[in-house]
Amino acid sequence: MKIVITSTGDQLSSKMDDRFGRAPWFCVHDTNTGENSFIANPFVDSMGGAGTKTSEMVAEIGAAKIISGHFGPKAKTVLEKFDIQLIETNELLTIEELIKKSTESL
Amino acid sequence: MFKLQELKIGFFLEISIIKKIIFNVLRIFSLYLSIFYYMSRNSKSRRINAPPRFGGYKPWGCPPGTGEPVYLLYEEYEALKLADYKLMNHFEAAVLMGISRPTFARIYENARRKIALALVETREIVTINGNSYTEKVWYSCKKCHTRFTQPSSLEKKTCPLCRSESVNGILPEPLQNPQYQKNIKINK
Repeated sequence: MKIVITSTGDQLSSKMDDRFGRAPWFCVHDTNTGENSFIANPFVDSMGGAGTKTSEMVAEIGAAKIISGHFGPKAKTVLEKFDIQLIETNELLTIEELIKKSTESL
Repeated sequence: MFKLQELKIGFFLEISIIKKIIFNVLRIFSLYLSIFYYMSRNSKSRRINAPPRFGGYKPWGCPPGTGEPVYLLYEEYEALKLADYKLMNHFEAAVLMGISRPTFARIYENARRKIALALVETREIVTINGNSYTEKVWYSCKKCHTRFTQPSSLEKKTCPLCRSESVNGILPEPLQNPQYQKNIKINK
């Protein structure tokens, strides 16, 4: 199972980004192997439709959970067609803490 | 001088006649004009939780029916489910579907009548999409206030971050009309 977290930087100590479509980095955590990989978001400065493009990209990765601050209406409509759990948090934790929290007692 | 006066009188007469003609024409076609200018608004699309899990129903143990099938709309099925299966108040159900209470009552009545028609005349029931859209329900954790969706593959309703089982169902946005928002008591 893969967990995708939107982040502000490409390190584990960087904080989560509270936007989904315009987040500069994505952290992909694989629960089976315990590996973390960071992917740069190519649609950060796109004029429009960043939410739909990023959500398609995330669905291609094969994510089961996405953690972010807020999902826009376009991203929601695309992501709800796939079997992905969307999680919104208000606390701005670091990515290491979020990974710990979401994989503690699976 | 006489000529001028005649001209003036004639001119006024003509104007009055023209006015009468225009007035009468407007009076006759006023209904059509009002329809053109005040055409009814498009109906709001209805929010449903999920489409029905069957394609339709066929009568059994009787000679095959000759009539056309009865087309039950998704929103009518949803209305029937909320009102008669989940035993919800019409008002709560209307808020869930994103429509007003009278509209909900109309849809519900249509659904009941269609099913009665199908049963009495031994007709097939076929479900089709009318004017509806699906929206997944969001949940919120009482402890850490995270909001999350619950895909069909996951069965347990626990918070994905703090694992607590005290979880609230968030209803979709209530009706825009503040008159309706006063009476809403749903988040139990």
